[in-house]
Amino acid sequence: MEGSETELDKTIIEAIKDPLTHMVRNAVDHGIEKPEARRAAGKPAEGVLHLRAYHEGGKVNIEIRDDGAGLNFEKLRAKAVERGLITAEHSERMSDREAVSLIFHPGLSTAEQISNVSGRGVGMDVVKTNIEKIGGTVDVTSIAGAGTTLRMKIPLTLAIIPALIVTSARNRYAIPQVSLLELVRLKAGQSVSKTEQIRGNHFYRLRGRLLPLVYLSHELQRSSTEIKGHETGKVVNIVVLQADDRQFGLVVDEINDCEEIVVKPLGKQIKGVPTFAGATIMGDGRVALILDVMGLAQRAGVIGHERERAVADDSELTAKSGVTSARQTLLLFQEEQGQRMAIPLELVARLEEFDRDAVERAGHQEVVQYRGRILPLVRISDYLGRHRNGAVKPHGLSSGEGVVAAGKPVENEKLQVVVFRQGQQSIGLIVHRILDIVEEEIALEHPSAQGGIRGSAVVQNKVTDLLDVADLLHDRNSQPEEELVGGGVHR
Amino acid sequence: MSAPSKQFCTFILDGHYFGVPVQQVQEVLRYQEITEVPLVSSVVRGLINLRGQIIAAVDLRRQLGLGDRGEKQKPMNVIMRSEEGAFSLLVDEIGDVIEVEEDSFERPPDSLRGMAKGMLRGVYKLPARLLLVLDTEQAGRASEIESRREA
Repeated sequence: MEGSETELDKTIIEAIKDPLTHMVRNAVDHGIEKPEARRAAGKPAEGVLHLRAYHEGGKVNIEIRDDGAGLNFEKLRAKAVERGLITAEHSERMSDREAVSLIFHPGLSTAEQISNVSGRGVGMDVVKTNIEKIGGTVDVTSIAGAGTTLRMKIPLTLAIIPALIVTSARNRYAIPQVSLLELVRLKAGQSVSKTEQIRGNHFYRLRGRLLPLVYLSHELQRSSTEIKGHETGKVVNIVVLQADDRQFGLVVDEINDCEEIVVKPLGKQIKGVPTFAGATIMGDGRVALILDVMGLAQRAGVIGHERERAVADDSELTAKSGVTSARQTLLLFQEEQGQRMAIPLELVARLEEFDRDAVERAGHQEVVQYRGRILPLVRISDYLGRHRNGAVKPHGLSSGEGVVAAGKPVENEKLQVVVFRQGQQSIGLIVHRILDIVEEEIALEHPSAQGGIRGSAVVQNKVTDLLDVADLLHDRNSQPEEELVGGGVHR
Repeated sequence: MSAPSKQFCTFILDGHYFGVPVQQVQEVLRYQEITEVPLVSSVVRGLINLRGQIIAAVDLRRQLGLGDRGEKQKPMNVIMRSEEGAFSLLVDEIGDVIEVEEDSFERPPDSLRGMAKGMLRGVYKLPARLLLVLDTEQAGRASEIESRREA
């Protein structure tokens, strides 16, 4: 017996008690052979019945495995044909896997002969009905001579789960702990410097990575202090959550406690709101909603509806061959000449602002001191210029006036730097201006072949070049020393 | 023999006298604490804890377009049975269970607008006043369009 610590709601236990007993009795009665038969088959005389319960994929699994004779598929098929449940033809086409499902058939399971001959079947239809009534599934796998495994999957909807209770806009919500990664509390004053804002999208720098922030009250269309707290530098509570392969920070008013909660379903009036997974009753008797982290992430646009779109994308892809299309979150910025460019956000480690005075030189390389280390800087125009001309163009070494035509930088304005990280190495890309973060389906085209650019796409109705970040990082690491001559301060 | 009669559980909403068939009523409760549910139709006021069972509370005033009750006026719950589980109808005041005679029934008059006509099954003409009979299925429905808005 395994997994005896797996807890279930009382109503579920009531519902599975009988089916479970039945299945165990079945396995012992009919599954495991007589000692003589077992010895003859080269198995130990004593049979083994395995019971196992565990959580998996948001469901509770219960497994009953015996090492008995397994199902007699031939007899099962023959009986089913005899009873007129399937045609002879059909039975021949049926795989063993399909034939297994016959034991759940009411007509068969009540047939006494079958249970005597093949040793299986009485009441299995009742088992199946009972499990399905609570939204679960039962399946059977059987290997002739080696035993049978019955597997029940019971939904969590009535089970007990650990959850984090948070408060947002005076209401409590429960977040299933499965999705919880960590909690971050920003002290008053810290919140302003540690969070970035790009066109209304907030990010938190979590150990060097940009974590998109989602304001719970905003997503739920409730007014609260979360956002104000953020702006005025009050305490900010961030719950770091995992949705699929993405992480995001959920900003709440208060983080209360961890509790074991009983998940209860929502009535028909509330079903169909993907943001909620159910409700629960708190210790004080009040009701709290359980958040569906996936639904919430989708609502907030942290993760796209990729799954639904994947199919459409595929057909689109084949239709327009040569055009690669995918939904991505992009960081949009401008290079000095005003050209709009984009980088996949997932490649960006951080966004930083540096004073122009902070730029120093190490050899010929522009650098800044950054978190106790030296961060090499690359100017986007230099990088692209190098690619445009095939080699780096020596700039006038006179400091002061820039050669840049459009988007002339204003002195005193801070340098906008996008930080990339590759292993231990970080590199800062100086861009002219950070524009926005968008999630768009981009169709990459190649109107002009230019190094350093992966291609161009229409983003927000404007042609935007997609920077080849891999090339940028690679380029820097393998760049010969001479090419850096003149790459110093040139403005 | 007199005409067949029916029993109705009655309640008051904005001065109007309403009734629902008594067989469909599970119980009647005083004000219960309501947990609001964001992102759903505004007719759903939230969730209440009915002895461990979580049920949705539908505000009948909003459902009928009657305008909200005052802050201080706490709604009462008429808990309805339905095939898809129980739900609560929030009303102003609970009345008696009354017996009405079938022959005093009339379909909702065509001139009855304003008060969401689809919500009414009909009217019983009582000696002193009119009893408006709710279509309980309609009353327990949160308009799909609104609740799917965000989906």
